[in-house]
Amino acid sequence: GQSHTFFLLLICVVSPVKGEAVSQHGHSSNITGIPIISFKWHHVETPYLVAFWVLVSFLGKLVIEANHHVTSVIPESALLICFGFILGGMIWAADKVQTFRLTPTVFFFYLLPQVILDAGYHMPNKLFFTNLGGILVHAVIGTCWNAASLGLSLWGCQMGGAMGDLDIGLLQYLLFGSLMAAVDPVAVIAVFEQVHVNDVLFIMVFGESLLNDGVTVVLFNVFDAFVSLGGPKIDAAEIIKGIVSFFVVAFGGSLVGLVFGLLISLLTRCTKNIQIIEPGFIFVLGYLSYLTAEMLSLSAILSIVFCGMCCQKYINANMDENSVQTVRYAMKAFANGSETIIFVFLGISAIDKVIWVWNTGFILLTLLFVLVYRFIGVFFLTWILNRYRLVPLEFVDQVIMSYGGLRGAVAYGLAVMLDENKIKEKNLMVCTTLIVVYFTVILQGITMKPLVMWLKVKRAAVTEVSLLEKLTNKMFNHTLVAIEDISGQIGHNYMRSKWKYFEENWMSWILMKPSARKKQDQVFDVFHQLNLKDAMEYVTEGERRGSLEFVRNENSIIDFKKKSESESFDINNANMSNDHGAMSTTSRDPIPSVSLEMHEQIMKAVREAEAINAHHLLDQHLYKSRKQHRHRFSRSHFDINRDEKEVQEIFQRTMRNRLKSFTSAKMGVKPPKTIVKHTQKEQQQKPMKILSRSFLGSEGDSASGYDQSYMRATYRAGAGIENPAFMPDLDPMDLLQIPPWLGESELDSSMVALSHRAQVDLPRTPSNLRRLAPLRISTRSTDSFTLENIPDTQSATPITDNIYAWF
Amino acid sequence: MGSRASRLLREEEIEEIKKETGFSHRKITRLYRRFTSLDKGENGTLSREDFQRIPELDQVNFRGFMRTLAHFRPIDQDNEKNKNPSATEPLNSRTNKLLFAFRLYDLDRDGKISRDELLQVLRMIVGVNVSDEELGSIADRTIQEADTNGDGYISFNEFIMVLEKGNVDVEQMMSIWFLH
Repeated sequence: GQSHTFFLLLICVVSPVKGEAVSQHGHSSNITGIPIISFKWHHVETPYLVAFWVLVSFLGKLVIEANHHVTSVIPESALLICFGFILGGMIWAADKVQTFRLTPTVFFFYLLPQVILDAGYHMPNKLFFTNLGGILVHAVIGTCWNAASLGLSLWGCQMGGAMGDLDIGLLQYLLFGSLMAAVDPVAVIAVFEQVHVNDVLFIMVFGESLLNDGVTVVLFNVFDAFVSLGGPKIDAAEIIKGIVSFFVVAFGGSLVGLVFGLLISLLTRCTKNIQIIEPGFIFVLGYLSYLTAEMLSLSAILSIVFCGMCCQKYINANMDENSVQTVRYAMKAFANGSETIIFVFLGISAIDKVIWVWNTGFILLTLLFVLVYRFIGVFFLTWILNRYRLVPLEFVDQVIMSYGGLRGAVAYGLAVMLDENKIKEKNLMVCTTLIVVYFTVILQGITMKPLVMWLKVKRAAVTEVSLLEKLTNKMFNHTLVAIEDISGQIGHNYMRSKWKYFEENWMSWILMKPSARKKQDQVFDVFHQLNLKDAMEYVTEGERRGSLEFVRNENSIIDFKKKSESESFDINNANMSNDHGAMSTTSRDPIPSVSLEMHEQIMKAVREAEAINAHHLLDQHLYKSRKQHRHRFSRSHFDINRDEKEVQEIFQRTMRNRLKSFTSAKMGVKPPKTIVKHTQKEQQQKPMKILSRSFLGSEGDSASGYDQSYMRATYRAGAGIENPAFMPDLDPMDLLQIPPWLGESELDSSMVALSHRAQVDLPRTPSNLRRLAPLRISTRSTDSFTLENIPDTQSATPITDNIYAWF
Repeated sequence: MGSRASRLLREEEIEEIKKETGFSHRKITRLYRRFTSLDKGENGTLSREDFQRIPELDQVNFRGFMRTLAHFRPIDQDNEKNKNPSATEPLNSRTNKLLFAFRLYDLDRDGKISRDELLQVLRMIVGVNVSDEELGSIADRTIQEADTNGDGYISFNEFIMVLEKGNVDVEQMMSIWFLH
């Protein structure tokens, strides 16, 4: 319904727009009056059309994705091609000629790079390099075999007369073979994406589709040159040059990519101050690596793939979490968008009478040979490979590998680039290429999933990696190196450990920020992530219950030695809540390990804070409004104390000391004996209220629990800064659980604000957690990032006067 | 085995080893040469000094050496498929590999991995940046994730269940390619 009206609208827009294009000339020379508005189509023609087609493609995708039943059976790429058919039909009906096609320039320069960069950036490096041997064999030898066999067979068939009267020589057949031979990465991603086969199978096909560009480029250029030179001029020297050019193109392209990858990594090391546009570097430099390789007539795809693969680790480590997310999402958006546009235009390009040259023999035989030779090639090569593989590829996997040899837009782009002067039957070749592409993407795409299910191919594991798996994996890495060493051979693991050593000590040192280098331990990383996840769950759990209660574990005073600051604050800030009941069990229970860590974080942070300038410390721990005053306080007077009476006295003393230090800026003043006078209840209440307000903000009175006795206090040993008064024991002090100097703002707003924030903005990443934090035990003056969400309800002024008045 | 230096390997011994471990004749002789080259003390056994990097081993004779190495042979696919229930499993079968992995943790051979055993392994493979307490938390969490019956230890079955989830390629992880 809606789509119909949309398409009609489309036609209405496109046709008159084309007509208008002509009438704009000479407009400026004969104006009779001042035009209020004028229609300046040619002014905006190119960018408008570009944007328009992007919009149309995306809208097409929107329509297609609306119904999941359809997309689970027919892959999205096939549907997009059909959408392209419809659009092409409409344009052709309007214009009688195909005005829009997928031109090679647009495709190779503006649409393909993003897809490949995305592929390289998200490539599982370890898996790739483990299977590199197999991938290379298939990419190089397999593609050459495909090209040669197809070209020769077709030529043979022509000689045999199966194709009627065609003017194609052997060299042209070989050229055609070379452009048809390559498995296309875009098509592979599009089809395999929804099938989820096991990792090894996927990486074999996908890796092959990426690396075979090296071969394709060489073969295409070589045969193109041969066709130009003509048959007689080809001698041994030319052939040798062809072989040499393969190595140059492939390795040169990879080298260019590597250089750019290293460049990106180095850059991200210094971009701390421009975090906003940090992500831009990756895109720009990736694109430049593509263009540079293209300029040097090396393999551009190889270049951008290796660029992405090389830099992924370092930029993920160096860049800010937000930037990493930005890169990830933006890359996916660009890649996906490009794919959409590519497939739509593949469809549109078909509706073009010029290329409708039909030769049954040629087309059908091409289809047949492409499929058959793919199967033969894959099975033969895998049979050889399996004798050298640790884990041989199963038969079913090989079937899928063969069936997954999809051709796509790259082949089409190359076909369109053929010179029609040299190759008379160019249109036939283009037509055939398109038909083969449609066959593979649509038909093979649709049947891929049922085939995978029917053959019971091993699927990808979807479960989360547990700690034990990661641990065992790592342990075995070491074990295997040891065994290889013992049995006296240089094996895979030996090389891998050597590389790892080199990488950790040299490359990381140069390319990674020092702070990032510290965080590289894998097992710890998993643990850290799991803890964060736990923490987030607890916070939301606590929120659901309506309060953030906490129970302090008095026994845990453990010293973290080297945890990096930001990490500790992340975790610390993420979770200040615990289940009451859970604390009763000891070490086997998961919660204590998390709470223990939280607790340790606090302790560590607190102790760290002690170590730093008191002035700085105060800035962090008192409220914003207090910044105007110079504050000092003494740390040396807090003791562990459980006795109520003594606690009261200590409270008085410390209060006095603190307030004294506000005025006199002296530290360690001995409390005068007059303090005894103040032990009456009402006098206690007042300073408490005042001070509580001063430290906790203006809503002091309204917050519950303030009137109750602060007197009962349990200390944590070593918690120097803690004021016993503000460390109430249990339940009645729900809202006062956090010692105020550890809280950035008043309890009310901080505690309650947390819940609002948690409900509204559920934390997903560590960076989000920072924003959540009511507690920030930072010794850096980074007030802003925690206070940004906290409503500033602190009205300070009359209170400080009260304090002074008290004296 | 005798204590004479560079004692030659007898044919029947080679046969026995071949049956037990599955290595071919040529590989066994090659590994024997390696063994003797490692055996600096020339007493037919490898002692701690010989294995500089593996401090836990005391004395390993050639049979033990081969038996251990046999665990790392790639799995014989035909063997896996046509399991003969009466015959003893070859040392490099999937179960035996998993058992080997399990025993790397379970040092006291009581059939369960305890927290302390985990800690020891963790200490060995996790970097120096991590403190003992953090390690303790990791160990706790590891046990908690894998322990299905809640006894605080990881039994062999629980271990297998975790590793069989599919994220870890057991065969790939526990095999190396022994060159000819």
